[in-house]
Amino acid sequence: MEILVCARRVPDTSENEIQLNSVGNDIERDELVYSINEADNYAVEEALQIVARVGGTVTVATVGGEDDEEVLRREMAMGANRGVLITDEAFSGSDGKGIATILRAFVQKGHYDLILTGVQAEDGAAQVGGMLAALLDYPFASLVNSIEVLDGKKLKVSREIEGGNKEMNEIDLPCVLSIQTGINEPRYVGMRGIRQVASVPIPTFGVSDLGVDPGAVGETAAKVKRVDYFVPALGKGAEILRGSREENVDKVLEFVAAKGGLK
Amino acid sequence: MARIFCYIVHKAGVPDDSAFELAAAARKIDPAAAPTAILTGSGADLDAACKAVAASYTEVWKIANEALSYPNAELVRKALLKVLPSDSIVLVAHQHFGIDLAPGLSIKTNSAFVSDVLEIAGVEGTTLRVVRQEFGGQVSAHVGCDISSGAVVTIRPGAFKPLEGAAISGSVVDKSTDIGTLAAGRRYLETVAAEAGDVDITKYNVLVSIGRGIMEKDNVTIAQELADALGAAVSCSRPVVDAKWMEKSRQVGSSGKTVKPKVYLACGISGAFQHLAGIKGSPFLIAINKNPKAPIFQVADVGIVDDILEFLPELTNKVLELRSVAAK
Repeated sequence: MEILVCARRVPDTSENEIQLNSVGNDIERDELVYSINEADNYAVEEALQIVARVGGTVTVATVGGEDDEEVLRREMAMGANRGVLITDEAFSGSDGKGIATILRAFVQKGHYDLILTGVQAEDGAAQVGGMLAALLDYPFASLVNSIEVLDGKKLKVSREIEGGNKEMNEIDLPCVLSIQTGINEPRYVGMRGIRQVASVPIPTFGVSDLGVDPGAVGETAAKVKRVDYFVPALGKGAEILRGSREENVDKVLEFVAAKGGLK
Repeated sequence: MARIFCYIVHKAGVPDDSAFELAAAARKIDPAAAPTAILTGSGADLDAACKAVAASYTEVWKIANEALSYPNAELVRKALLKVLPSDSIVLVAHQHFGIDLAPGLSIKTNSAFVSDVLEIAGVEGTTLRVVRQEFGGQVSAHVGCDISSGAVVTIRPGAFKPLEGAAISGSVVDKSTDIGTLAAGRRYLETVAAEAGDVDITKYNVLVSIGRGIMEKDNVTIAQELADALGAAVSCSRPVVDAKWMEKSRQVGSSGKTVKPKVYLACGISGAFQHLAGIKGSPFLIAINKNPKAPIFQVADVGIVDDILEFLPELTNKVLELRSVAAK
């Protein structure tokens, strides 16, 4: 099975406190720790496990800039056969449809049976996978939390629906799946593994390589644009306890008892 | 202004709560709008759901087709494309079905797509301005969306208050004959119910709920010791289950359990909306998190900025101390 995983490098929200910059048009990015988008990492692991069972190759592609090479190398250290950087000035400012349009052009340059994306990235939009599938006229399933290869023509996948229930589906290949976190246990990547792939060349693809109409991507084509970032004025918000730890412990127990919790 | 449609999710003849929230969101986009509800499905369940929705919408489009008995997003999309006028604005709830349907629908209708909208900031010319959140809710963003050739907008469940007012009796318009035959590359097989798990977290008055801040599997005992001392249960947020530190049956949230405790101790939990969606009945919410920017502090009753790995053991010791004094 030839598998393409579309991945993205994002600020790691579990490691960072996100602050606005002084102008308010972006977040403060200087001090941020970046890593691969968590759901994308699960997608790569799932691709590797499928290939371990049925054979094939795993390609990881990202639309971005030079800095994004580090996530491609990280995923190659996990075992991906190839990392590809899709980069061009004309791509900057693309909205979700723009990114999906770029990826469609890349997909059409190769032969992939299965395309995986993470269910969502730091913007929480959960859009590129579904858009890419529609552009390619491939079937699509979102929130996928298990994949079984039935034969060379179809998969059995489960989707995460409400209350922890699973919706089982059969889906024809080629298809696009957006992968939910928790589908597997992504393997650990050590510094040694990353060093081993440090000098592997990473091919790049731009507008002319892909035959993308520059007018269909980038900022000019984007129908959806972020205007600014802001921190909403808190509603009531929590009463923050500012005492010593010992005082806070006592306070918490008083609250728990008063609300009928401690018996 | 373009015509606004609300795609309504329903189950067993009952429309989802979001049906009435979408109507409220539509009214914010266009105060003069009389949005049209669209329901797909089959049989008596569909008829019952349409009837319930007609109490809030002046017009309800019903699309009955055996192939739509279970909502398969690809089939629903194909059905919608047959009936939607061009340049429409389509609202869908941002939950598992909307996530499946909406992005592809926007491609096929060649319209703008904006997802997980919390608030409508207004319309200027052909630009719809909305509020979304990014970075796990740590910051919000105004987003402008060009609706000149229509839009597909997914709405966060619970973000819009249903409109108040007397029930109306809207008309149900049968659009079924416009659909034709439907086939998809994806076929629904069955729904597998969640496993029960060893502890039923929905039965406890106090939950010690842990998130990513617990850091590693071995630290779960820190929360368990506190729960044991309090007579509580340990529940958790999604990252803890993703990391396989606790069973799925312990997860609180839209993809986990819905709980109604009296006291909810959110320990090292950031407060993603999917998690908060599983906390009902307005419990007293105490949040402990070392990140003062964590969104959980916006919704908690009481907050403590501290490291749970140090705070929780002290809390446990104090409870045990009180218990031993009481026992004497």
